[in-house]
Amino acid sequence: MGTIEANGKTYETDEEGYLADLNSWDKDVADVMAKIDDCDLTDSHWEVINFLREYYEEYQIAPAVRVLTKAIGKKLGKDKGNSKYLYELFPYGPAKQACKYAGLPKPTGCV
Amino acid sequence: MAMLHLVNKSPYDACSLNTAATIMKKGDQLLLIEDGVYGAIKNGKAAGVLKGLNISVLGPDLAARGISKDKLLDGVSIIDYAGFVDLVEANDNVQSWL
Amino acid sequence: MSEETKKMMYINRKAPYGTIYAWESLEVVLIGAAFEQDVSLAFMDDGVFQLTKGQDTKGIGMKNFSPTYSALGDYEVNKIYVEKESLEERGLTLDDLQHLVWEDEDEDYAEKDSIRLVSRAELADVLAGQDVLFNF
Repeated sequence: MGTIEANGKTYETDEEGYLADLNSWDKDVADVMAKIDDCDLTDSHWEVINFLREYYEEYQIAPAVRVLTKAIGKKLGKDKGNSKYLYELFPYGPAKQACKYAGLPKPTGCV
Repeated sequence: MAMLHLVNKSPYDACSLNTAATIMKKGDQLLLIEDGVYGAIKNGKAAGVLKGLNISVLGPDLAARGISKDKLLDGVSIIDYAGFVDLVEANDNVQSWL
Repeated sequence: MSEETKKMMYINRKAPYGTIYAWESLEVVLIGAAFEQDVSLAFMDDGVFQLTKGQDTKGIGMKNFSPTYSALGDYEVNKIYVEKESLEERGLTLDDLQHLVWEDEDEDYAEKDSIRLVSRAELADVLAGQDVLFNF
């Protein structure tokens, strides 16, 4: 267990830095998590983060990379629904890194 | 001496509902909780053994399993956790058919 | 599909929430889907209860994983066999279950049904045609 401070608030995380409580998430903590990884969140990042939160809300799971890529392609267009685009945004792996910023648990099947 | 009989297993997976239903005496009550709630489905084969018994099911367990009230045997009452406590209080003893 | 593709079936026979089997199975299916095998799911005995619609677990403080079954189509798991005899014995019909669909990319994302209602005899034939069986 660890904690992250953002905008005067304290957020609990697990040992890998994922938020302990999905409901404690807000944009401030996402920004701080990204800063820790030397990443500045742009609108393109937010598009994916928001997509993941919506996916989780509907299906109660964080999607596997393959599923995420396909779904993004369908929703945001083929130019975004490919690994190259997503890995450029999230070099540590789109599912892993984007899920973390989105406050979701680590994707099922992700090691 | 009234007894409250608790069943928490699906009647299609364990024989505890059948045992409870056939051992119950007049004035006893049956409360179905957890997977036991499946026993109260009207059109289910297991419901046959429940005729004429005083039966309650725990509402939160029913809702979790997506079983709506209209699927239940007539006369079954749906209770909440406070109602569970009331039943325990109202009976002299509780038998859990684990 | 390559020659090494195996027909894998996950057999689900337990009710949700009372034990952890249902959720464990779902997780394994989702993880296993990454290996691009020919995956199918069977729901029989109390396993048919996993698919009831309208599950609301707020009152029991457990995660409601029933929405996750709708994601199976995204994972290309679209052969879901539900055994008719098990449903009937439990006083349920297909209408009591979630309507699970998958989108066929080759047909402009047309929605197709994932659930196939089969008799025990038909399920026996499906089982006989599998390479690997996983039981939950």
